[in-house]
Amino acid sequence: MAQIRKLMKNHWLKNVIDTPVLSKSITSANAAKTENSTIKEDEIKMFSNQNEDWWNLNGPAKALHSMNAIRVPLIRDGLVQCPYEDRTPTPLKDKKILDVGCGGGILSEALAKIGAEVTGIDASRNLIDIAQEHCQENIKLINKPKYVCTTVEEHLNDHNEYYDGVVASEVIEHVANKELFIKSCVGVLKPGGRIFFTTPNRTRATQILGICISEYVLNIVPKGTHHYDMLVTPNEMSFLLERNNCHVELIYGLFYNFLQNRWSFVNSQMLLFAIQAQKLE
Amino acid sequence: MLLRKNVHRLLATTFNNRAILSVRTLCTNKEENVKDKYDIIIAGGGMVGCTLACALGKNSLMSHLKILLLEGSPNQNYQLKPEYSNRVVALNQNTKSLMSSLKIWRHVEKARLQPIRYMQVWDACSDALILFNSSDILDDDIAYVVENDLLLHAVNTELTSSKIRNVQIVYGAKISDYRLSKDDGKIATHNIVKMTNGDVYACDLLIGADGANSAVRKAMGVQYLSWNYDQMGIVATLHLAEESENVTAWQRWLPTGPIALLPLDNSRSSLVWSMWQDDAKRLLKLTEEEFVDAINDALWKQYPRSKGVEACMSWMSSWLKRAGLPDGASRQLPPSVRSIAVGSRAAFPLGFGHSVRYIAPGVALVGDAAHRVHPLAGQGVNLGFGDVKDLTEFLSDAIYTGYEITHHSWLEKYESSRQRHNVPTQIAVDALHRLYTIDLPPVVLARSLGLQLTNALYPIKKLIMSHATT
Repeated sequence: MAQIRKLMKNHWLKNVIDTPVLSKSITSANAAKTENSTIKEDEIKMFSNQNEDWWNLNGPAKALHSMNAIRVPLIRDGLVQCPYEDRTPTPLKDKKILDVGCGGGILSEALAKIGAEVTGIDASRNLIDIAQEHCQENIKLINKPKYVCTTVEEHLNDHNEYYDGVVASEVIEHVANKELFIKSCVGVLKPGGRIFFTTPNRTRATQILGICISEYVLNIVPKGTHHYDMLVTPNEMSFLLERNNCHVELIYGLFYNFLQNRWSFVNSQMLLFAIQAQKLE
Repeated sequence: MLLRKNVHRLLATTFNNRAILSVRTLCTNKEENVKDKYDIIIAGGGMVGCTLACALGKNSLMSHLKILLLEGSPNQNYQLKPEYSNRVVALNQNTKSLMSSLKIWRHVEKARLQPIRYMQVWDACSDALILFNSSDILDDDIAYVVENDLLLHAVNTELTSSKIRNVQIVYGAKISDYRLSKDDGKIATHNIVKMTNGDVYACDLLIGADGANSAVRKAMGVQYLSWNYDQMGIVATLHLAEESENVTAWQRWLPTGPIALLPLDNSRSSLVWSMWQDDAKRLLKLTEEEFVDAINDALWKQYPRSKGVEACMSWMSSWLKRAGLPDGASRQLPPSVRSIAVGSRAAFPLGFGHSVRYIAPGVALVGDAAHRVHPLAGQGVNLGFGDVKDLTEFLSDAIYTGYEITHHSWLEKYESSRQRHNVPTQIAVDALHRLYTIDLPPVVLARSLGLQLTNALYPIKKLIMSHATT
């Protein structure tokens, strides 16, 4: 008990008191040299430990499950525009998609279900096993995603300009070297392909509502999921994407109604946002 | 840790196996010999149920689904008779656009329909009147009068055409029992539909389109808010005294309930006359000549009026005139009735009904099964067709996003979007009924001034029209 209290206190202190070092990895030119990897060990450890219940719809990943209802349409409509009468159950057929930081495969399976050839990568061996296991057990899913335990910068070595779409949903806030991360994500993308990110914004509102309240008071999100100084803002994201030869097409605000477990697109990007960009030719 | 994980895995596999097993036991169990498993079963093949089957069958996203329509009555051959049927509906623009998109409308147009371009509603207890003119409000007809059986035939023509391959229809289907799925998050069971002849069907999504006494709704066990109006609606096909360009719908509020005439062609109209049950029983016993006299009386007779109401009304219209607004003096005269089509007189009870939930896990209600209204505004069936349109849209959206058709968040979207439209409409219709069955002078005055003012103020009128047509 005392241990838990101590742990909690530490998290509180870390999250609340830490002054945000204006994303060190983004601004500092030395960052890439000192940390030439996107992995942050304690983040991986944290996720690997909370995985028992990954596929429980009412478990710790509840919000991620319900988030599919808005991120699947975002990715689908970003990659395919189709007249209303000609819609099919598999709109993403023949589209190669990379799900970076796929975790237990919640989004990967949802995208595979509408026809996409999904590759899910994650740095945690444990999570990749869970994702693999779940998709094998899911008899209804015929078009199974492929899972690989790797990082995106390693994956780039043999998949240069390979994918039609790259998705990193709720991932970049756990990544150490954000510049390398985005560069690698864009690297695996075909010219003309589209890249999607969703992530919390670095604002006081997120710090208070998204971290303190939802992790420590309401327990919607497992404790220690997010760290304020790891978050990025829409401006920083746009900047990094534009610098990597991408054209930012849209930025939406996201809102999670935890009472109804329902996500919606909103105008305000104060809490979370989704960003879509196209890689230029 | 490792042990826990293994146990977890073991559990997960047994759950899966059990799901497979449960399907198997369904097939092998003698007591429940599942004849066929469908993705969607629609219980009830009325206008709304058949239209839904047609809409689902034509949707490109649902071409891989197996759909079954269960209709209680036998398959009847329809023939267009020279005399109109006494059961007609007024379809609004929203319904027309649904029917056009399903290519049903062309069959109706080819047979017969009558547009309503004007609508005059007036009070028997005062001079209050409201006039709707389609050309200055919608740039289109207000509604279309179509016979029920003609519309059903048109829907069935399209439903059984070669373009729809995944919809099966069972006529003369007598359902003895429903066993609805239980969704406990782990093992999703199927809905079971048992027939009196011993057949058993299973489905993922069961849609109750089985009317106001819906058995599906009863099986759902949801709260149903309902009351009877102690009123009956009398219908009949009327032959008018004079031939004219008959495109006006007439409605007069009598102290006993509204009488309405819907145009059928140049010399015929359809009657919908709501009244207290005792009056209805008396009217049904009259000879046809006496009944015709009663209709003409109801349309023309001067009812005793309160002096105070009269004075206030004329004061109001003088002010409206001074402000340059329509004062309601330019009224048209309703037609008079010569005779009624032989044997076309019939009566049906009127009531209000609202199902608090339209959905349950793997179940949805449409049409009268979910809501029932007084026919005074001609909204009942249009609300049902609105359900069809929205349900089709949400189900296809669910599939396009990779979700199961039974996924609760899409069904919930259906429920909330429909209740948001249906409940206010139902309440407004119910309120109108209550307002107009009172003949106390202050109430008569209030409603007369209100109606007069609504008639004078174009934006309000337009608002009412746009709600009633969507």
